[in-house]
Amino acid sequence: MQVPAYVEYEKASSLEHALTLLARFGPEARVLAGGHSLIPMMKLRLVQPETLVDINGLTDLAYVAVTDGELRIGAMTRHAQLLESEAAGQRFAILHDAERVIADPIVRLWGTVGGSLCQADPSEDLSAAFAALKATMVIQSLAGPRTVPARDFHTGPYETVVRPGEIMTEIKIPIVAGGGSAYQKVGRRVGDWPVGAAGAAIWLDRDSGVIADAGIGLTAVGAEHFSSAAAEAFLRGKPATPESFKRAGEIAAEHCRPVSDQRGPADYKRHLASELTARALSRALDRARIASPGTAGT
Amino acid sequence: MQITVNVNGTEYSRVVEPRLLLIHFIRDELRLTGSHWGCDTSNCGACVLWLDDTPVKSCTVLAAMADGRRVRTVEGLERDGELDPVQQGFARCHGLQCGFCTPGMMLTARWLLDHNPDPSEEEIRAAISGQICRCTGYENIVRAVRWAAKHDAGAERSAPGDRGDPGPTGEVA
Repeated sequence: MQVPAYVEYEKASSLEHALTLLARFGPEARVLAGGHSLIPMMKLRLVQPETLVDINGLTDLAYVAVTDGELRIGAMTRHAQLLESEAAGQRFAILHDAERVIADPIVRLWGTVGGSLCQADPSEDLSAAFAALKATMVIQSLAGPRTVPARDFHTGPYETVVRPGEIMTEIKIPIVAGGGSAYQKVGRRVGDWPVGAAGAAIWLDRDSGVIADAGIGLTAVGAEHFSSAAAEAFLRGKPATPESFKRAGEIAAEHCRPVSDQRGPADYKRHLASELTARALSRALDRARIASPGTAGT
Repeated sequence: MQITVNVNGTEYSRVVEPRLLLIHFIRDELRLTGSHWGCDTSNCGACVLWLDDTPVKSCTVLAAMADGRRVRTVEGLERDGELDPVQQGFARCHGLQCGFCTPGMMLTARWLLDHNPDPSEEEIRAAISGQICRCTGYENIVRAVRWAAKHDAGAERSAPGDRGDPGPTGEVA
């Protein structure tokens, strides 16, 4: 029988209340959202907080909204809620691609977007998706909000820039015309963590049809910042062709540092990084062309 | 800490340790042993019950998180002494053998049908993809949910004595 170690519990009634509780209980307090990552970690004694601050009552942090040219996702948004959101899926298909393969339908009903990101598992899917989309995280404390680029959010396995006394409250994604996105994952079985996965976003130049900008997100393959800046730099200004995507995949894989484990050997994961990057780019291009037929390019 | 949880329409107040898992609260504190405690790792789905209006894997939820909320277990599926169509479907289509996964399967099935009254086989299989059955190969579970879909919505519930036998496909005409 797996049971967490003894822990104190506080139920937050508002964001300010939650922040006050976190400030009072200090660095040994942990935010409890859906708990579908944290509670298993507590059962295994990998995490042993002194106090849990339950924020499931903060329903005003569960939303997917479009304002001021940005898609905004509240941290308490359940995975199923993001998967059902047309506002998200129409603009960023990568989010629905990724959500379809995160855990299983029951876990997705209760697990939260913010909780997954703050758990900061090095194989987490949305971390790659948000890195590809060049999202920004909003982090609140009693002193006020601050923002951090998605690519600077993680400081290592299971570690983020969120400090004691802070709560990540929102993810913001800039909406840029002429874009398409996709996510490709290889796992051992349905609902499992990926052996390797890649997300891609691509924006085409309206006039020339060449790649104006690209975002590459990678997870489970030891990619720094869950992304590949080198592959993105290569793609800018290039024609949107299979050859460009193949080379971008190779560059992305060269910069990965996968480790061999029970999910597969390092060289296989590196192969996946290359192949899945190219496939995600190709799918993202198809979607960019459907979304903006006038920018079809070559 | 003291928690109050409405389980199947009845309010229960208990003093619990904050670390107590919801499945153990339901089984050990309230003695509602219809919900099963399986893998303990939120993989198998035997412990699925409803928290408010949502199925959850209750081995990965603290009882404290259910404070002030509603819980629905397999004991709360029947209405006025009549089995829910999902329960009838599982009985008639042999949707179980050992029965260990059954309460979780039925609560997910009830939720699915409430949101999608006429699910395809593919949609049923997707809905239960986070739950494991080692007996049936899932075939008869899918049939049971399809049977329930056909006989759902009260008016179409068959009257006692009007219980046709499953045909060759396990479905009842």
